Amino acid sequence: MEGVLNQLPIGLSIGAVLLLIALGLTFTFGQMGVINMAHGEFIMAGAYTAYLLQGVGFLIALPAAFVVAGVMGLILERTLIRRFYGRPLDTLLLTWGVSLMLQQLARDLFGAPNVQVASPAWLRGGIGILPYNRLFIMALAAASVLAIWAYMNRTGQGRRMRAVMQNRRLAATSGIDTGRVDQRTFFIGSGLAGVAGVALTLIGPVGPALGTYYIVDAFLVVVAGGLGQLRGAVLAAAGLGLLNSYAEFWSDASLAKVVVFVAIIGFLQIRPQGLFFVRSRALS
Amino acid sequence: MTALTVSRRVLSGRWQGPAAFTAVAVLALVVAPLLLEPFRLGLLAKYLCYAIVALGIGLAWGQGGMLTLGQGVFFGLGGYAMGMYLKLNDAGGDLPDFMVWSGVEKLPALWKPFGNPVFALAMVVVLPVAVALLLGTLVFRQRVRGAYFAILTQALAAALVILLVGQQGLTGGTNGLTNFFDFFGRDVAADETQRGLYLLVAVVLGALYLGARQLVRSRFGRLLLAVRDGEDRVRFLGYDPATVKTLTFAVSAGMAGIAGALFVPVVGIISPALLGVVPSLELVVAVAVGGRFALAGAVLGAVVMGYARTYFSEELPDAWLYLQGALFVLVMTLAPKGIAGLAANVVRRREARA
Repeated sequence: MEGVLNQLPIGLSIGAVLLLIALGLTFTFGQMGVINMAHGEFIMAGAYTAYLLQGVGFLIALPAAFVVAGVMGLILERTLIRRFYGRPLDTLLLTWGVSLMLQQLARDLFGAPNVQVASPAWLRGGIGILPYNRLFIMALAAASVLAIWAYMNRTGQGRRMRAVMQNRRLAATSGIDTGRVDQRTFFIGSGLAGVAGVALTLIGPVGPALGTYYIVDAFLVVVAGGLGQLRGAVLAAAGLGLLNSYAEFWSDASLAKVVVFVAIIGFLQIRPQGLFFVRSRALS
Repeated sequence: MTALTVSRRVLSGRWQGPAAFTAVAVLALVVAPLLLEPFRLGLLAKYLCYAIVALGIGLAWGQGGMLTLGQGVFFGLGGYAMGMYLKLNDAGGDLPDFMVWSGVEKLPALWKPFGNPVFALAMVVVLPVAVALLLGTLVFRQRVRGAYFAILTQALAAALVILLVGQQGLTGGTNGLTNFFDFFGRDVAADETQRGLYLLVAVVLGALYLGARQLVRSRFGRLLLAVRDGEDRVRFLGYDPATVKTLTFAVSAGMAGIAGALFVPVVGIISPALLGVVPSLELVVAVAVGGRFALAGAVLGAVVMGYARTYFSEELPDAWLYLQGALFVLVMTLAPKGIAGLAANVVRRREARA
């Protein structure tokens, strides 16, 4: 019984990390139809930012990683992705090329072996079965979701973002500068991946391929949660995180991913468009 | 009539395709085995195996619009089916070597039927086709498509790799299946066997290419193109796009399975690292580089990228990933139709001038 309870914080914290990663993906995918495979490398960039700032303080690493990853995303959007709107499958291959280069760059800059980031002293230990580091990750994700919710629903920028997401052409006709909105969305989404990277340093080592372990699962969160849906992403990430950790607990680690895959396919039989979606009469 | 005008007529008329195919076939079946030393011929055989997978990707993605990022799964199923037979054959009634090392005492039930060569060879095609039919039916019926489908196939590839690595005693884990000696009564490492295998791979590729081309030109192929360009319109016309897509996906999976089975004796190993997310994506990119809208482009892309990888990882191992990444970015930005698209442009321009 204690083992079962122990899996709970593990599953929820994995879900929290997946959520931070998937938020960026679901907005860029939902709003711009861009499948960004280099998103995983923004996680890695955030983690290495925390590694470089070890002496400075963990809480400074969080905004720093947000800015570093966000700026990387902005550069990617401005230089390449902008030319590819309306060709989602092509962006996938394009950004994969970018992701290969970024991984090699990390190998050249920081070396191929994994590095360990020392957790701050105040995050060691825990209450009962709840380790502080996992609690902190969950709190971080919750705070990020709240901030995103407030941004989307309580600010003018957020309103414009939702407008573009729902109907790009109508939004443009109404005088919204869709290009600017796209840039902001990309900056915020990529920045959240950087924050996820910092969170990951609390539960494991950092390496050039860090992002590749999480990117596939994060995409599954997008598929299961529904495009551009905040609450869908939250529920799907929590569900996937828990499913992963419990499947590992009850079967073994090698079967867990297969169980998750079968579960997703089964879920899509009931809800092919994900948990939540914007109802429309459009066919595709 | 001079030879020049004959050749010009051959190159421009309706004989253009067959003439090019014959030229490539002569090059592959006669010239290459005479000119290349055994090591280089083996490399070419490996690239041609990848080209068979690429042909399937060209069919599913280029013609059918289904971006499949999990062809490694089908390649692996075919490869492991062949590898299991070869392992059991080498063991001659005992346990395969890696099972002894990982402390397995009795041959697992899953392995038993693979001792039979007919069963194993059938499974090379049946397994991938069955998985593709099942996945295709479940996914396409629900009108899950485009990027969603791509993501799901990628997740399948990731899941299979973790499964194969984890089940050490059953699959050989990270090392996969290797150390083969006997291939249907011949020493698998001998130059003669390898030459024969090369010819076999080339002939299979040629036959599958012709079959795929015929498929594309058939009524089914037109329907496939229509589904790619306007799935809903096809549905309104009374066809079922899900069936068309599922069948095409299954054909491409079968091709990948055959490629995997041929790969095993040619290269001497099948392991999780050969069929995960990255190798699957590399093949898709090879198809993009060669030209996704032409089946020949897909084949060409696989061979060109195979050579590029070998050359650059021998000469400039550190720069290879940069080069590969930069190449994708350049191809997707400047030449989305790949080498075949560029070649078609040149031909069109020349015809416009003439």
